[in-house]
Amino acid sequence: MYSGSRVVGWGAVTAYLDHAATTPLRPEGLEAMLPFLTDGFGNPSGSHAVSRAARAAVDEARDTVAEALGCQPGEVVFTAGGTEADNLALAGVVGKRGGTVVCSAVEHHAVLHATHALGGRVVAVDGDGVVDLDALAGALDDGVSVVSVMLANNEVGTVEPLAEVAEVVRRRAPGAVLHTDAVQAFPWLDVAALAAPADLVAVSAHKFGGPKGVGALVVRAGVEIVPLFHGGGQERDRRSGTHNVAGIVGMAAAMRATVAGRQAVNERVGALRDRLADGLLAAVPGAVETGRRAGRVAGSCHLRFPGVESEALLVLLDDAGVCASAGSACASGAIEPSHVLTAMGVPRSEALSSLRLSLGVTTTDDEVDLALKAVPAAVEKLRV
Amino acid sequence: MRVLVAMSGGVDSSVAAALLLEAGHEVVGATMKLWGGAGDSGCCSVADVEDARAVARQLGITHHVFNFTDDFEARVVGPYAAAHAAGRTPNPCIECNRHLKFDRFLDRAVKLGFDAVATGHHARVAPAGVRYELRRGADGAKDQSYVLSMLGQSQLARLLLPVGELTKAGVRDRAAALGLRTAAKPDSQDVCFVTSTGGREAFLGPRIALHPGRLVDAVTGSVVGAVPAVELVTVGQRRGMGVGTERRYAVAVDVPGRTVTVGTAADVLAGGVALEQVSWVDEPVPAGTEVTAQASAHGAPAAATWDGAAVRWDWPQRRVAPGQTVALYAGDRVLGAGLAA
Repeated sequence: MYSGSRVVGWGAVTAYLDHAATTPLRPEGLEAMLPFLTDGFGNPSGSHAVSRAARAAVDEARDTVAEALGCQPGEVVFTAGGTEADNLALAGVVGKRGGTVVCSAVEHHAVLHATHALGGRVVAVDGDGVVDLDALAGALDDGVSVVSVMLANNEVGTVEPLAEVAEVVRRRAPGAVLHTDAVQAFPWLDVAALAAPADLVAVSAHKFGGPKGVGALVVRAGVEIVPLFHGGGQERDRRSGTHNVAGIVGMAAAMRATVAGRQAVNERVGALRDRLADGLLAAVPGAVETGRRAGRVAGSCHLRFPGVESEALLVLLDDAGVCASAGSACASGAIEPSHVLTAMGVPRSEALSSLRLSLGVTTTDDEVDLALKAVPAAVEKLRV
Repeated sequence: MRVLVAMSGGVDSSVAAALLLEAGHEVVGATMKLWGGAGDSGCCSVADVEDARAVARQLGITHHVFNFTDDFEARVVGPYAAAHAAGRTPNPCIECNRHLKFDRFLDRAVKLGFDAVATGHHARVAPAGVRYELRRGADGAKDQSYVLSMLGQSQLARLLLPVGELTKAGVRDRAAALGLRTAAKPDSQDVCFVTSTGGREAFLGPRIALHPGRLVDAVTGSVVGAVPAVELVTVGQRRGMGVGTERRYAVAVDVPGRTVTVGTAADVLAGGVALEQVSWVDEPVPAGTEVTAQASAHGAPAAATWDGAAVRWDWPQRRVAPGQTVALYAGDRVLGAGLAA
């Protein structure tokens, strides 16, 4: 659990509400990893006892991940995170079969920028951030080889209708495969069931209590991809590089814990989120909630405070011990207007007045109480 | 005091932050991201932000990045291009100071509860009773009071310039003594959004229409040559104007007429320069006041009289390009500034 704050320098934090950026390592994840950072140091791609021990741990983790994602163990490709998994999905398919990529306008940059780099097309969304199925149908033809629509959005939490998307793809581009970025969905949604219509599924460990730098891509049997890089041919020639054994084991343990507690966490955190969002909407004049709450994952609270600059708001919240975010941070650390909000038709000035409070497994009543005090106070200060 | 230091990632603002900490202030650093396009460095590259963040970490202070790219485009870059299209030569660094550092940044600092902002400029703010004076920095060769000459009392009251008392060498010594990674970093040069390789043409070319023009002799009126783009010519410029045995200078630029008037060094002299958008550090200076006036960042100040609308040089000076800032001084004290009409 996160408690040793002094060492890493965030001693004053009293409300961490940025779980969509990253969420603390689950105790189960940490515990599972530790042996593989010490005695269990073996390279799984070997034949001796030390290697075999590492191999067994990776195999076991693969079984756990496969179950949590609703696939066969052989369909799991371990990667160095969600961005690599998304890139492997898109570039892997295009590299194998050629053709065009089509994705939604609210995808994470890992998909959006990969789509641009591959010369693909982007499909519009509605005011709630839900992909426009008619526009999708219009964008599809026989030249499309892969369609990418996320399961849940990272900024506003919108859950996309993946089954309907799959239906449109089957009808309009029967030769294309469907990829879904389930990175933000996994903490909240039954990905095994909801991503079943997808041929490729990406997840990232640190969004659900695993360590950073590890993720997975489900590549269903029959879907052929080329690897992103060349090397020793690990992961059945789909992803070379020595396995991050501790990371993989930690991810699997966090997955198991997430799946086991998911329903209860949804109920508890969903109620906290509703209290937070309703409280802020009532306390701050002019506050607007982005999109329809019913269609969003339970941890997502996205609000806009017209006339207030989110960049300044975040500084005051930081001073008050509240960690939140707005838009997405670029390489310099500056906050950029969100492409997600732009795609949803939110005017630029309002997009720059947004606040994302994302709750997670560890979120407490006290944290919500603090945010309910700190946000209205900060907004009032900035509106003077 | 709670002080927000504008940290560019250079040595001066690094030391400014360190000096304020030593003086016992509560210090937070912030770097403005102003320009997202091509540039050599200057104020806003990722590397500069990283330098600022590293210095903040060394000093143990909080560091933020403020994204002011929209305002920079609207208040500095756009007007810069528009002014060139109209045959004027603005100073974008001054406009950046006017609209970004000492308006947008200062405003945000006040909203965030800071008592003052600080920058690494080599100039001095001196309290004088309940008023504030703006003076040249201690290092005459590095003095930057010119680029601050548009400031008024409301800004000076909230501005600290901690390195103004030091020489540049002194600043570098302090940075080295503190082990700051920016100690030996070269000074930023020129405009951050104009690259040294592409120059103004590469920047302006895609933004405004560039028109070829004629060079016309100031005395005879005859056409003596051509330029590829009248919008890129600055009054006083020598490069590209030269024909004949004597050095030639741009005396006037007429963009609609696609004409640049050229003349000798004598032709480019003027007895004065009318100013617009004049602002005063304190009370307006009465007509007839003897001043020294400086027409570029590192130009030599020249003796003149302020006549209420124009600077009248004691001896003729090189013409000031329209749009350039002219700063007026009494000794080392800034009186005010205006833009050459």
